[in-house]
Amino acid sequence: MKRSNAPIFWLLFGAGGMLAALLGTMLVFITGLAVPLGITLRPELMSYPRMLAFAQNPIAKLFLLAVIALFAWHAVHRILCSLHDIGIHKGLLAKSICYGGALVISLVAGTHLLMLG
Amino acid sequence: MNHKPVGTGPRGPYIRPMTGWWKRDPFFVRYMARELTAFAVLAYAVVLLVGVVRLSQGEAAWNGWLMALRSPWSLLLHIVLLVSFAVHAKSWFEIMPKTMPILVVGGQRVAEATITRVGWAATLLASAALFALAWWGQS
Repeated sequence: MKRSNAPIFWLLFGAGGMLAALLGTMLVFITGLAVPLGITLRPELMSYPRMLAFAQNPIAKLFLLAVIALFAWHAVHRILCSLHDIGIHKGLLAKSICYGGALVISLVAGTHLLMLG
Repeated sequence: MNHKPVGTGPRGPYIRPMTGWWKRDPFFVRYMARELTAFAVLAYAVVLLVGVVRLSQGEAAWNGWLMALRSPWSLLLHIVLLVSFAVHAKSWFEIMPKTMPILVVGGQRVAEATITRVGWAATLLASAALFALAWWGQS
């Protein structure tokens, strides 16, 4: 019997959903509102030298990759399931676009994080 | 089996149209609204991805990304993202007790509401810890 690949996508969906639920809201607040507007946090928090040093730390690198990749895998899995609700068949094309998109996002994030040294 | 279904007319069986099904009931509308938060999660992943790519391209590229984050459109987008992520966190822990295996502590089944509240508390704690880290990181 051919083994199903569904558990892999489910695991990525679950991990991404949990990470988004626990940290997503605060991350959006910090990077998208607090720092750009300078409210509650100083804009220097995300200055080039500071963020470069941050992204060169192996643990921070792993954190950034986890956030970007798992958010992407979580989102595309849900979008793929929602397609069925609006009457689009979850066929090979839809799966390729969704999971392929998440794969590209993960690979681009991973390679650029490695390039930062 | 290939029998004719009961009530089949000369033009075939009646099939209830499904277009716009989710507009029929407020419960379905809420369901679809919740499903839309997946796009917010994807959009934020892309925003951060662009940030990482710009960071790897040097200081000028990074500052360009920071400038873009300060634009009114970006701020508006992030307000929408903030609300969407909060909705996601709320519903994620509401759904969790329904999808996870039954949790038994001390011979008693843990109530769904308890699991949900523990999840929300974990989100508040994690958010506070993350903000504290950012606060500590800026000095």
